[in-house]
This record gives sequence, C-alpha cells and structure tokens, in this order.
Amino acid sequence: MSDSPGLATLLRHHGIGRRDFLTFCAGLASALALPPVLAPKLAHALEAARRPSVIWLSFQECTGCTESLTRADQPSLEQIILSMVSLDYHHTLQAASGAAAEAARRQAMADNHGRYLVMADGSIPLGDPGYCTIGGMSSADLLAQTVAGAAAVIAVGSCAAFGGLAAAEPNPTGAVPISRLVTGKPVVNIPGCPPLPLAMTGVIAHFLAFGRLPELDSLGRPRVFYGETIHDRCPRRAFYDQGLFAKSFDDEGARQGWCLFQLGCKGPTTRNACATVKWNGGTSFPIGSGHPCLGCSQPSFWDAGGFYRPLSRPAGLGPGMAAAAVAAGAALGAVAASKRPSERQPVTLDDLETKS
Amino acid sequence: MSLLLWAKGPGFALAAVLFLLGTAMRLAEILRLGRGTDLARPRGAAGGQALRTVFSRFLPAPGLFARSPVVHAGGYVFHIGLLVVVIGYGPHLAVLGIGGRGLPAGLIDGVTLLTMAAMTALLAARLRDPVKRLISGPGDYGAWGLVFLPLATGFLLVNRVLLPFEPLLALHLLSVEVMLALLPFTKLVHAFTFVLARGYAGAIAGRKGAHS
Ligand code: SF4
Repeated sequence: MSDSPGLATLLRHHGIGRRDFLTFCAGLASALALPPVLAPKLAHALEAARRPSVIWLSFQECTGCTESLTRADQPSLEQIILSMVSLDYHHTLQAASGAAAEAARRQAMADNHGRYLVMADGSIPLGDPGYCTIGGMSSADLLAQTVAGAAAVIAVGSCAAFGGLAAAEPNPTGAVPISRLVTGKPVVNIPGCPPLPLAMTGVIAHFLAFGRLPELDSLGRPRVFYGETIHDRCPRRAFYDQGLFAKSFDDEGARQGWCLFQLGCKGPTTRNACATVKWNGGTSFPIGSGHPCLGCSQPSFWDAGGFYRPLSRPAGLGPGMAAAAVAAGAALGAVAASKRPSERQPVTLDDLETKS
Repeated sequence: MSLLLWAKGPGFALAAVLFLLGTAMRLAEILRLGRGTDLARPRGAAGGQALRTVFSRFLPAPGLFARSPVVHAGGYVFHIGLLVVVIGYGPHLAVLGIGGRGLPAGLIDGVTLLTMAAMTALLAARLRDPVKRLISGPGDYGAWGLVFLPLATGFLLVNRVLLPFEPLLALHLLSVEVMLALLPFTKLVHAFTFVLARGYAGAIAGRKGAHS
C-alpha cells in the first residue's frame, strides 16, 4: 500500500464536508445492497482503509471508460473514492511515458506484490500480437506479467469484460476478454460502453471496506449493479404492459413517452443499473432521453441483431428465398400428386382390411 | 451464438423455408389431385355451394352443440383465442409487419389463459371419451403440444415467470418455429386445407342438388 493521505484528508482537501461524505456512504451502501445501519460502518472502513496500488492496463479500447470516470466538470464523490487508490500506472492519466512509465509499473508491482489491483480496459488481440503492443510487449504478455502478483483483476468496460467492439464479427484481431487469459485470480467484470462510474467505484469501495470483491453473477458481474434488467426498472414499463409502443422517433407515441421496444430497445435482456443510477450526475439515461437501450453491458451486443430491430423480430427471409421455397414446394406437391393415383386406386376391401 | 440469436436468425429462416415449402407442397398436391370426373348430369350449381360450405361449417350442425358442449365451446374459445393472441398482441403485429397498437397486454394475458384452459379441457375430453381415445394417435397429441407450447412460453415470457426474459424469448421463438416448420406435415395443416376440404365437399353436394 502506498503512503499517501487517507480519505479524510482528501475530502477536506476537496472541500467536501463529513455530512456530504456520510450521505454518499448511505447512497453507496444502498447501491451495494447493504442495510442502512451499515452506512456509518462503511464510512468508517473507507476512512480507515489504506490506499491500494492500482495498475490500470489499456488494450484495444477507445478510452471511453476512462472518460466516463473522469469527465465530470466538478470532482464528484465517486472521483474522490477513486482518488483513494494509488493509480500507479495509467496510459492516459499518468505523466510519465515510455521506459519511465514501464519502470513505474514494475516498481509498483514489486512494492505491492500480492496486494495491488489490476484494472484493465480493452480486449486482448490473440490474432497477431502486433495489433496492440505496449512498451514492446504484446498485450497478452503485459497482462500475464502484470496480473501474476495481483490481488484481483477488474475488467472495466464491455471490451475487457466480453471482447466488445473489437471482438464484433468478423473479429479481425482475434480479440478476447480479459477473463479468458487470467487464471488463478479473482476477475470481476464491469461491462458497459462505458460502465456506470458508480459500478466501478462501488466495486473498489467494497474491496477497500471489506477486503474482498462483491458477489458476482454467472458473467462475473457484481450482482448489486447487474442484478436487474433495465426493463425491470424502466420508467416506460407501464406503457410496455399496456401495449403502447412508439413506432418511430417522431410519432405521437414517441412524444407521449411510450415504450421503445419496437424501436429496438434491448432493456428486457440487459442487466445494468442505468435506469436507477442514471448518467450525468443522475440527470437521465438513454431511454429517459427517448433512445432505446442498446444493451451495451451484455456480451456480443454489437452482433445482437441490430440496434434498431425489435428484440423479438426475426431476421426474416429474403423475397427470393421465400419465392424459391414456395416454387419448390409446389413442384414437389405436383410430382407427389401425379404418383398417387396408381398407388391408391382401386381401393379394394382387402386394402381397407389390411389398413385397419 | 446465443440461443436467442440463433432462434432469430438461422432458426427462423429454416422454419420459414420448411413452412412455405411444405404448405405449397400440400396445397399443390391437393389441387393437382382434384376430384374424379363425375359423369352424372349435374342437378345443381357446384360453385355456389362450395363457397357457402366454406363458411357454413363454421357453425355446428343442428343439435350437435347440445350433444357435446365442451368440444364445441372449447373449440370456439381455443380457435378464436388463438387468433386474438396471434394477431392482437402489439409485438406480434410488429413481427408480422402490420401497423397498429395492439390490444392491452392484460387482455392478451387473459385470452391466453382462456385459450390454454380450453385446450386443456379439449384434451381431457379426448382422453375421457373411449371412442376419441381410440381414434387419437401421436399425431393428434403432438399437434396439441405444438400449439400449446407457444402459448405457454408466450405467457411465461410476458409475465417473466420461471426464467429471465432472454431465455424465455428464445424458447418462445423456438416453440413457434418448431410449430411453423411442422405445421404442413401434421394435422395442423388444416389451418389451410380446411378451405379446400369444405369447398370440395360443398361442390360435390351442390352438383347433386343438395345443400351442404
Ligand atoms: S423502453 Fe425498453 S426497457 Fe423500457 S419498458 Fe420499453 S422495452 Fe422495456
């Protein structure tokens, strides 16, 4: 663990009072599905926790996940929590570059062996290491070397969790998720394109306060943030239940705020907390702003049949294929009919008796 | 590829091809077979009676309703219910490429339950009646299952019972696809051939000068 000011000092430094911090902890406790009585204990644990070293690896990614975490105009409490960690290596945020940056990574690994966290965004190309190298190392080698002494690995964003955009058909780089290459270490997936900042900081806070990762679902996602579907908590759900659907982005249904299922909403199959936590400081989320959910926190969401095609609508047959099937069927039927009379006539009493 | 994606893509294409091919085959076969030449002098118009019979057989023959009320009432509820559920539900309309709002989900839910109840009553009536039991084979029970499964999975899907939405949607689509693919090759083909069967029966009777 790095020697640096604890959270209490950091909060004071950012002009955030204890009352605000306790309010945040109450919110965090509820986001982590902890009983309210545990909120003060969570606050105490966070204040007392020492800063773990975090090594953030970026592979085939777009920096959107880092953007999501850092773009707020004013420092948010989530950022304060994040600043509790000692971010010893991060391509976008660190001042050092080249050999100095790599030296910092190796130093942090040596100093905190067995205790540091690896956060990774982006997918790993297995097709050809040349698609993504860092400091002369292939992505796979850098990941293997870095996770060897880690306490846990957090795969941030859908690319790291499931392969994401790079792994979309036809997956030219042979991209795979982080979990495919990490063995013997706990891996938590925080998918989303980008993920909710609260999901990232919530997992870190849980780790700091309790010394372990939160409970995960079958896809390695923390249940507290990915336990329910968007559809479960959608403000348009009543319209879905009444069968009231917007058919285009500017029809009466869209103006009335009706359900976006028929415009391609993937809310019913998407597990995430956007509908409750919302984005931009709790302002809104895609469905709240009139756009269907794209299902970005689910595996293969780029290849899930089209963003604007209703979930239940099959891909369909081309008119040529349909016509060919009908023509072939008619021809087969005609052939079958022309053969039948000789087989069935004349029907004798014997025929009937054999049949019965 | 997830089960849902398979059901929406290749699975649906396969089912649609089998459905179109099989239905065209069965209809072409029946039409091509036609009827044997009737050498007798016609005593009435065949065409009018053929058309009339297609519709008149939607009603039970006099006295039959009272004799087997469960079969008749159940048959109506089941057939009308199925039609309402298939073409009255909003998401189905979208899949079929028809515009319109669709009926409220609560109403569709009720109709689905009623339809499944009617089907269950019809199955019980078939199993309890010794004659019907004797003339029923795997084809009859199989056809019952092919229709019941899409209704049951659809009900579970809308109400999200037992499983999450995604596997339920995949199961619902698959059950519909299996029904579509097998429809032309099972007794379910009567959804199309009833018109020809009634038409032929009406035409034969009409030509003899009888009302059908
Ligand atoms: S907008 Fe999407 S998530 Fe909301 S009710 Fe409709 S289908 Fe469900």
